Amino acid sequence: MSVKQISIFVENKPGALLAMTTVLAENRIDMRAFTLAETSDFGIVRIIVDDVYKTCQVLKDMGFVYSISNVLGVVIPDVPGGLNQVLQILTEEDVNVEYMYAFQGGRNISGAYMIFKVADENKASAVLTGRGIKLVDQEELEGM
Amino acid sequence: MERYYQPEIETASREQIKAWQDERLVKQVRHVWDSVPYYRKKMEEAGLTREDIRGTEDLHKLPFLSKADLREAYPYGLLGTELKNCVRIQSTSGTTGKRVVAFYTQADIDLWEDCCARAITAAGGTNEDVCQVSYGYGLFTGGPGLNGGSHKVGCLTIPTSSGNTERQIMFIRDLNATILCCTPSYAAYLGESMKEMGLTPDQIPLKAGIFGAEAWSEEMRQSIQDTLGIKAYDIYGLTELSGPGVAFECSAQNGMHINEDHFIAEVIDPDTGEPLPDGQQGELVFTAITKQAFPLLRYRTRDICVLSHEKCCCGRTHVKMSKPRGRTDDMLIIRGVNVFPSQIETVLLNLGYPANYQIIVDRVRNTDTLDVQVEMTPEMFTDNMGVIAERQKKLVDGLRAMLGLTVKVTLVAPKSIVRSEGKAVRVIDKRKI
Repeated sequence: MSVKQISIFVENKPGALLAMTTVLAENRIDMRAFTLAETSDFGIVRIIVDDVYKTCQVLKDMGFVYSISNVLGVVIPDVPGGLNQVLQILTEEDVNVEYMYAFQGGRNISGAYMIFKVADENKASAVLTGRGIKLVDQEELEGM
Repeated sequence: MERYYQPEIETASREQIKAWQDERLVKQVRHVWDSVPYYRKKMEEAGLTREDIRGTEDLHKLPFLSKADLREAYPYGLLGTELKNCVRIQSTSGTTGKRVVAFYTQADIDLWEDCCARAITAAGGTNEDVCQVSYGYGLFTGGPGLNGGSHKVGCLTIPTSSGNTERQIMFIRDLNATILCCTPSYAAYLGESMKEMGLTPDQIPLKAGIFGAEAWSEEMRQSIQDTLGIKAYDIYGLTELSGPGVAFECSAQNGMHINEDHFIAEVIDPDTGEPLPDGQQGELVFTAITKQAFPLLRYRTRDICVLSHEKCCCGRTHVKMSKPRGRTDDMLIIRGVNVFPSQIETVLLNLGYPANYQIIVDRVRNTDTLDVQVEMTPEMFTDNMGVIAERQKKLVDGLRAMLGLTVKVTLVAPKSIVRSEGKAVRVIDKRKI
């Protein structure tokens, strides 16, 4: 059970990020999650959106370079040690986490959400759900 | 079967070519002595008279002409005939100083167009072909030269001139253009645009392209040939000598035959001015032996190349020049190392990067810096930063191996480097020296 993340190339210079978010705003695309990784001359913006197909179309039309990857949307138990518990499971099952970031859940949902980019998302998805950790799917995410 | 536009000239024996050159050079020197005081003065300063040049073996005695002479003599100082005999001027872009204005009689235009017709025929063109000329028309020689050559061959000529990419592609497809003439960077851009439209090479009617007016590498040729599904031929020329067609590629695609019945080529050491033997790299120098209105003798082109008299499989006997390996004036000196943009292009294309790039030279705290900007493409992009960084490092390593210099590589947004419809601006030198 994975969700689609869109990664976009942006130059590391004033206005580059704004140009990208303007395209999304003008096309009324709602972002569920957003993170920016940067090097000295460029960055990769990673977003989870309400409409992957439309987002890709408008980015392509505006000449952005992007790629789509599968990530896990994990509902972190909202208690002290919640994240620790999730990482414990992945470590025990030998699943490597490449990167992760937190995002705001929907308006009616309690609990914390995190996006996990793992080496093997099918395995990670199976072991987490097997141990009682809830994951969100694409449909649920789009409806948030 | 190899086709020639003027077989008796293009496949003439070496002795015959030398006989033409000897006779025409002597005649031309006399013509210049009598009609161009500017050059006569140069000859007198070198202790020469019009009788001292008795054949090509005396060519090396003649003084050189350079772009500086053309600027000094602007506009009429090198005119070889009365203005009433001239029918046309063409001019260089003049981006680096005063424009160069070249004059033509009708005979000069005829011989120029013959040279272009030889190039089109060598690329496989016949009167069955549709030839789209996407070089600029006007003062720039590219459009008028190939247009004239295309007429002489009998091709149906589409004079689109440069620009308006959508219209270019519409004509290529609707009128089934088979031959495309333009700058190599514009050919690459047209190819890129057609690929974006979803066109595959077999859906593009073109079969050959004649590309010149700027330096391009073997790797760029390969990439243009693959995207457009054509054979891409190089053509060489200078406004000062007429325009495109001074030399052109044949089916062998490994050097350009110089039209030796009109132009005598020499390669010299750019520092000493001494002529160099066949196979040695140096500055290309031309003597126009048939032109009337603008008869330049020993004109220094500043292009660096190699000449070869080896027998060519196409049957042409005229000497071949290599692709210019750079120009004495576009050679960059970075931290004391000679760098030609074409070397950088070779590395980029070898590693799968697009041919669109820009070189930024600057001087920071008295040290030269070289920044190569390359556009990110959908094929290269991945969510994995490590993979991108690794690829970037490979490019830096490749450039270091080629140039012996550490170069900064910057990945920039797609389409952020300005596309050229004429000559590409590859180098931005911000150094204040």
